[in-house]
Amino acid sequence: MFDVVLLSRLQFAVASMFHFLFVPLTLGLSVLTAIFETLYVKTGDEDYKRAAKFWGKLFLINFALGVVTGITLEFQFGTNWSRYSMYVGDIFGSLLAIEATLAFFLESTFIAVWHFGWDRLSPKLHALSIWLVAIASNVSALWILLANGWMQHPVGYTIRNGRAELESFRAVVTNSFGWMEFIHTVSGAYILAGFFVLGISAWHLLRKNETVFFKKCFRVAATWTLIFALFEVFNGHLHGSEVAKAQPTKLAAMESLWETKNGAPMYLFIVPDEENERNKIELFPIPGMLSLLAYHNPSATVKGLKEWSEEERPPVTPTFWSFRLMVGLGFLFAALSIWVFLKRHEIEKNHFLLRILPWMIPLPYLACELGWIVAEVGRQPWIVYGLMETSAAVSPLSPVQVGISLAAFILVYTLLGLVDFYLLFKYARKGPEKISLAPVSAAGSPATN
Amino acid sequence: MEQNIFQVIWFILWGVLWAVYFMLDGFDFGLGMLMPFIAKNDSERRIIYNAAGPFWDGNEVWLITAGGATFAAFPKTYAIMFSALYTPLLLILFALILRGVAFEFRGKEESPVWKMVWDICLVIGSFLPALLFGVAFANFFKGLPIDWQGIMHGNTLSLLNPYGLLGGLLFVVMFLVHGALWLAVKSNGVLKWRAKVVAEKFWVLEVLLALIFFMATGFLTDLWANFFHYKILLIIPALAVLGLVAIPGFLASGAYWKAWFASALTIVFTTAFGVAGLFPRLIPSSLNPSWSLTIYNSSSSPLTLKIMTVVAFIFVPVVILYQVWTYKTFSEKVRPEFLETEEAY
Repeated sequence: MFDVVLLSRLQFAVASMFHFLFVPLTLGLSVLTAIFETLYVKTGDEDYKRAAKFWGKLFLINFALGVVTGITLEFQFGTNWSRYSMYVGDIFGSLLAIEATLAFFLESTFIAVWHFGWDRLSPKLHALSIWLVAIASNVSALWILLANGWMQHPVGYTIRNGRAELESFRAVVTNSFGWMEFIHTVSGAYILAGFFVLGISAWHLLRKNETVFFKKCFRVAATWTLIFALFEVFNGHLHGSEVAKAQPTKLAAMESLWETKNGAPMYLFIVPDEENERNKIELFPIPGMLSLLAYHNPSATVKGLKEWSEEERPPVTPTFWSFRLMVGLGFLFAALSIWVFLKRHEIEKNHFLLRILPWMIPLPYLACELGWIVAEVGRQPWIVYGLMETSAAVSPLSPVQVGISLAAFILVYTLLGLVDFYLLFKYARKGPEKISLAPVSAAGSPATN
Repeated sequence: MEQNIFQVIWFILWGVLWAVYFMLDGFDFGLGMLMPFIAKNDSERRIIYNAAGPFWDGNEVWLITAGGATFAAFPKTYAIMFSALYTPLLLILFALILRGVAFEFRGKEESPVWKMVWDICLVIGSFLPALLFGVAFANFFKGLPIDWQGIMHGNTLSLLNPYGLLGGLLFVVMFLVHGALWLAVKSNGVLKWRAKVVAEKFWVLEVLLALIFFMATGFLTDLWANFFHYKILLIIPALAVLGLVAIPGFLASGAYWKAWFASALTIVFTTAFGVAGLFPRLIPSSLNPSWSLTIYNSSSSPLTLKIMTVVAFIFVPVVILYQVWTYKTFSEKVRPEFLETEEAY
């Protein structure tokens, strides 16, 4: 029952979903830390320096696991998906290689410069180094998502010599599907980082720790979160209509639409019944809404899942629920961010908001993971949409080999994940370093060693 | 013809990326492996962590780029190399994960048990990749039992043949010397003295292993054939030997930087020796020479190779520039005062 394809898919799911617990915070918190440090350089306000150090420390704890788990992802294309790598490496491999050369070097080199360089670089140069990290990590996301965008919507290739070969590099790097994914993913990451800063600041504000300091952090994060939470709703809609055009099977699964319809309605509540190819419950229809959202025309035809044979459809239940939940969370973030923004100047008085915000921190994490489930499960049975099936992509391995490595992934990642979140909690609660009035004495007493 | 030029360029770049990776992460691995023998207390252990501190992350990216370049330029080789070496490669990756988090996590709690756990991770996470990269590359030099479909015949244990193990041992010892020299550069006092003694001792072993390796390579592989065919290539093993014999002289006169560079020369040109011997093959098949993966039957399309060449020729020099700048910026020794600061590991 457990074949190599299934085990390899599970392993990739574990590895990529675990990796993506750390990536969004890296993408967002690097920029926020850079903003805090820039405010310090501009205003000379020590609080902003402490903010850069405080959030930067959390950034580093998070970054460590993000980096090391990213490497295993790159190599898994070779270890577990070697047929895929042979078939599309001409295009896909080059995008990963460009990512490493352009972005990953920059990110990994300058994060160390930033980490160790407080006393060695001028404040401006030091702030520049965190900006380089922030830019590099986001450029890195762009190339990775152009690679994923190509799997979702392959362009610029031709089938030659028994494989997909590059025909137009320009088409690959301007693939609108990849760019939409990039914008959507990065905005989501920024929302996550925003709620991370808001939640931790709220926790301290409620306890009256460093009120001045955390109010400054809160205000920056409130504006930031508002911008991206609203933008996400807008670009999420555009991304959805891109999916409708490029991946009709995924769209049908996202909406659990079985029959092809002209002027398809949108049901606010659906329970899919995959076995019987129908929905158990369909409530609160909004006429023509699905057609309008997907094709910007309320009478457009939306294809239902029955247009395709069962083998050509993605699993409907996980795709549908992940999508619904993600969208629901997206609206919650938008509403919450407006509320937070309006109250930002007197936030210390709003105990209700301060109390709920720390509990909001996990929700954007959930939304990001759900988004990836929609993207990847919804693309099935294809590994490259319309071009290569997932079952044809796997390496010639034995199930035992993959079973053992899968178990090892689960074990090691669970342990490291727990340690990492424990440390994030610990250092988030500890708060920023106190302002030191006297310079720290140069030589530590030998007795402490 | 034009296709051939790009294939050759990428073969050379492939070798260069691996060689630079071993040169850089090699000293990190050496530091990690040396720690249990050379550091007697917590602050000495922390000096070892901080000697690699600002560098290990940037060093590791050379591995990612070497992997990425293999994927982009020789996708078929990438696919077969990593699926054939499934178990050892995943072991390397897990080891690198443990090593990476050890750096970041160790100093975050005061408990001695906590520190010990991460110290063990650092040691394992340094030793396993050093050993397994050596085993893997020696097996590439010898050829893997891959059939015409790229399916490996034989299991992981068959990689642990005498020549493979010899390669692994050579890598471990090369990196031990390399790491000890780096520590001599980065530390003071008794630690520096111990590093020097260790480097001297392991150097003897390194010479011995290198000799056996170059001879065994003559008997068990056809790597030397290229060198006798294109005599100019003999400069590659000559430079490896030159670096190796220069080490003790520099050590004796206290020129630790120079000794480290000599060791770097040895690592780069030992790797280059293997790669140049393989040309035009990336991974020979030990079952049938015509099933070998070569730059001709496993490379990407001309267009991809061209684009990748442009990217590499613009950005790799930029990477080298800013990494050299980083090494310069953080070139001073790890002083005990630094360990008192917040940012120290």
